[in-house]
Amino acid sequence: MKWDEFFVTGEPMIYAAMVSIVVVSLAIPIALTYFKKWNWLWTNWLTTVDHKKIGVMYILAALLMLFRGGVDALLMRAQTAIPDNGLLDGQHYNEIFTTHGVIMILFMAMPFIIGLMNVVIPLQIGARDVAFPRLNAVSFWLFFAGAMLFNISFVIGGSPDAGWSAYFPLASLEFSPTVGNNYYSIALQIAGIGTLLTGINFLVTILKMRAPGMTLMKMPMFTWSVLITNVIIVFAFPVLTVALALMTLDRQFGTQFFAMQSGGMDMLWANLFWVWGHPEVYIVILPAFGIYSEIISTFARKNLYGYKSMVVSMVAISLLSFVVWAHHFYTMGHGVMVNSVFSITTMAIAIPTGVKIFNWLFTLRKGKISFTTPMLYALAFIPIFTIGGVTGVMLAMASADYQYHNTMFLVAHFHYVLIPGTVFGVIAGFHFWFPKVFGFMLNEKLGKLSFWFITISFNVTFFPLFILGLNGMTRRMYTYSESTGYGALNMLSMVGALGLTIGFIILVYNIYWSVRYSPRNIKGDPWDARSLEWSTHSPVPEYNFALIPTVNKLDAHWFAKKEGKPLATGKYEPIHMPNNSGLPVIMGAAFFLWGFFMVFSWWIPAIVLGVVILGTLAYRSFEKDHGRYISVEEIERTENALRGEQHEN
Amino acid sequence: MKKKWIALTLFSITAILLAGCDNPLLIFDPKGPQARTLSSTILFSIAMMAGILFVVYVLYTFVLVKYRASKLPDDYEPPHEEGNKWLEIIWTTIPVIIVVILSVITVSSTSTVEQKSVAYADQKPVVIYASSSNWKWHFSYPEEGIETVNYVNFPANRPIEFRLYSYGPITSFWIPQLAGQKYAMSDMVTKIHMSADVPGSFMGKNSNFSGKGFAQMEFEAQSLSDADYKEWVNDVKTTAPKLTEDEFDDLLKAEHVGRKTYSSNHLEFRPAPEGEHSGHHHGGATSTDDQHEGHEDMDMDMDMDMDMDMDMDMDMDMDMDHDAH
Ligand code: HEM
Ligand SMILES: [Cu+2]
Ligand SMILES: [Cu+2]
Repeated sequence: MKWDEFFVTGEPMIYAAMVSIVVVSLAIPIALTYFKKWNWLWTNWLTTVDHKKIGVMYILAALLMLFRGGVDALLMRAQTAIPDNGLLDGQHYNEIFTTHGVIMILFMAMPFIIGLMNVVIPLQIGARDVAFPRLNAVSFWLFFAGAMLFNISFVIGGSPDAGWSAYFPLASLEFSPTVGNNYYSIALQIAGIGTLLTGINFLVTILKMRAPGMTLMKMPMFTWSVLITNVIIVFAFPVLTVALALMTLDRQFGTQFFAMQSGGMDMLWANLFWVWGHPEVYIVILPAFGIYSEIISTFARKNLYGYKSMVVSMVAISLLSFVVWAHHFYTMGHGVMVNSVFSITTMAIAIPTGVKIFNWLFTLRKGKISFTTPMLYALAFIPIFTIGGVTGVMLAMASADYQYHNTMFLVAHFHYVLIPGTVFGVIAGFHFWFPKVFGFMLNEKLGKLSFWFITISFNVTFFPLFILGLNGMTRRMYTYSESTGYGALNMLSMVGALGLTIGFIILVYNIYWSVRYSPRNIKGDPWDARSLEWSTHSPVPEYNFALIPTVNKLDAHWFAKKEGKPLATGKYEPIHMPNNSGLPVIMGAAFFLWGFFMVFSWWIPAIVLGVVILGTLAYRSFEKDHGRYISVEEIERTENALRGEQHEN
Repeated sequence: MKKKWIALTLFSITAILLAGCDNPLLIFDPKGPQARTLSSTILFSIAMMAGILFVVYVLYTFVLVKYRASKLPDDYEPPHEEGNKWLEIIWTTIPVIIVVILSVITVSSTSTVEQKSVAYADQKPVVIYASSSNWKWHFSYPEEGIETVNYVNFPANRPIEFRLYSYGPITSFWIPQLAGQKYAMSDMVTKIHMSADVPGSFMGKNSNFSGKGFAQMEFEAQSLSDADYKEWVNDVKTTAPKLTEDEFDDLLKAEHVGRKTYSSNHLEFRPAPEGEHSGHHHGGATSTDDQHEGHEDMDMDMDMDMDMDMDMDMDMDMDMDHDAH
């Protein structure tokens, strides 16, 4: 292979990206060395098995990916803002919408949610940790390895270009001969295994590690939503694993599972992809529902209305999410019967979703609503997401979908669900739980400013796409002619995308501002909230709870505050904690390199790295590491320090 | 908050009206019975969804106006409410009813547009094979014995039956003003029914991403009066060159080409993947469904293909191969 095949060449933007990547990757180690921070980084972050720190790393990575995916989005909008625009060529546009889709869903939305889950779930169920702390670190590093592998594709070897759904035969070696789609199959595989491990880990955590007294029906709604999400992960991700493995075999080992020369089935891919892919959209939306439930009840100062029906409807959604996948290809020529069945199951999902909307509205009724930043996102979610929901019902009607399929109407619909649903959800959760983790608040003024930019611009960006779709504009078109008349609305959409960019920049500036200037010494419960995580200190000590709380009802923390009774009493005892470990990050690095060699079909180094990976696993199984104990004196010292600081305030 | 929403609604309504006044949106400007069915289905569903949005928005505005902390007395403490069985039953039942109504409409409109339209039920359909290769469309007329590239003519006021397949990635054949789209795949033939009520020229395109040249993959679909159509076919037969196998292979390899016209078609030497040429040999070996065994028997397969939609509809097994179509 020649160097100019190895590196992507010929585009000024790519060269700029290469330069900045090199600069950043040199700057980081130099800065770390200069400030003597290597040790700090290694012991505090890279080797950590603390679920809160792992959560923070997930969220940082997700924010980074939000910006990468956002730049892609902006480029796409810029390209299509004007008819016959020459900013990007077809190939480049195809790579951009493919990586945008993959990154936003798999490397932004999902890790952001998993990050919040990591930070919050053990706290919310009154546990000291997750069930398998070391495995949790492995999950993170696998996700991170996958994400980085996917991201280097655009400078080394070329990005995938067959859409995030990578339909065959387009994604086969015959029609996508570059290594681009190898990146897709290998990077998603690595990250996907990480996700599956997370699923198992949190399932066990929630089922086994709840505080005494917390029965399933006394769990906070966010915990419920995460429990159900992880059930979906455990059922859906193995399908992805298999599909991607077959894809790799097809592309790199000459099999014909999906490729078409000798009887492969293109639709087998479509089916497998969406059997995973549709549940995947619920994996990113259900936890957001949970976050909104927490936030709405907190800032309406009311318990969640219809708790039981909320739980039932989430269970219903999770079941239905597995029986609707064929709505992604109504136009594939299955008959009326099959299309009708899938139409009905799909529309049925609207019923439990509607139940939830009304429950939120009735939680607000008779409440005492205060408009904090997280609450603003939650409130904006309701009307905007409803538009996404009703257009989803419209798409579910098979006959009508013959007209919407593959158009901008669809693009508008799924952004109307994903952005107010998932993205607003994680941002709301980020603002909400930020003080818990870091011990200071994000600035509310800046928070609200960016909220208004984001919500208004979101609608300006995506509403026009509904109209464009009904006017026959298809998705994934890098250009169109003036005579189509699509120009004006696309330009409007571009203006909106710029507004969104400003909103996100303010959000990041807010983090910077708050780190520097926000007052410290907040109390454990700055929002006057309801669930257990607010009963411990902010920032949370390593062991979460000095004394494990006992729960006797839903919102136990809230009632404990009202009655002035502490949730936990007794004497401190030594707390057992797991030791840090360098193995997970080493494993992540090995997976990254293995993936890289796999992508380029360099078998020898790939096999070597495969052996290294097995070696780390073997090493672990012989390792004698029983963790360590935090002594009573140390607990007392930490607790007094945390409490002492709070008294000053 | 409220002001923003009012502004937003007004904005969207004006946008829709503006777009709709001088020039109706393509999908709401049908020129044939199938597209008309789809257009009215969509309009009906929009009306219904607007109703739902209205209810949610009214409730939403009401709670936000009435229960904001700044408007309530300082000592107001919200009540503890577990929920209300009756209210929850109501907001479950009403959506159920809505879904039932929409389901009935979906099933009936889907089966309507998957057939020859009633208006032209007594006429024999004009069959046209449409196949895609790289970023162009080939139209083969088995009865007329002609072929065109990147444009298609057909008589108005007649049922037209397009049979779709692809030389390569999946494409989606779509003439928005005449009918909804359907996929063209390399291993099987799918069908789409349409008719045009008037002579006219319509935009057709591939709407499924199929690689680099996808954005340019448009064609013109023209419906002609019966006389004009006959004249055109005659013209083609007498003046256009024949399509040789070599020329067809060159065509397949080309990325884009302009319009082409031939007085013979490629079905003769390169039949469509249907009947005995169907790629549907997969699935049969592992499946227990006896319909799949039928694939071994070529004649039977042929019969089934003629009536694919009808027979296969009943085939409710959701196994993951084409036979479920
Ligand atoms: C932040 C502002 C965003 C803008 C301006 C934007 C814009 C776009 C555009 C222009 C397309 C391509 C349409 C096409 O040509 O087919 C697209 C596709 C897509 N977007 Fe976004 N997007 C944004 C955020 C997001 C987010 C947050 C998510 C997910 C959580 C997301 C998920 C997707 C997916 C899955 C696709 C489909 C990719 C494909 O066709 O393969 N987007 N987006
Ligand atoms: Cu779906
Ligand atoms: Cu097929």
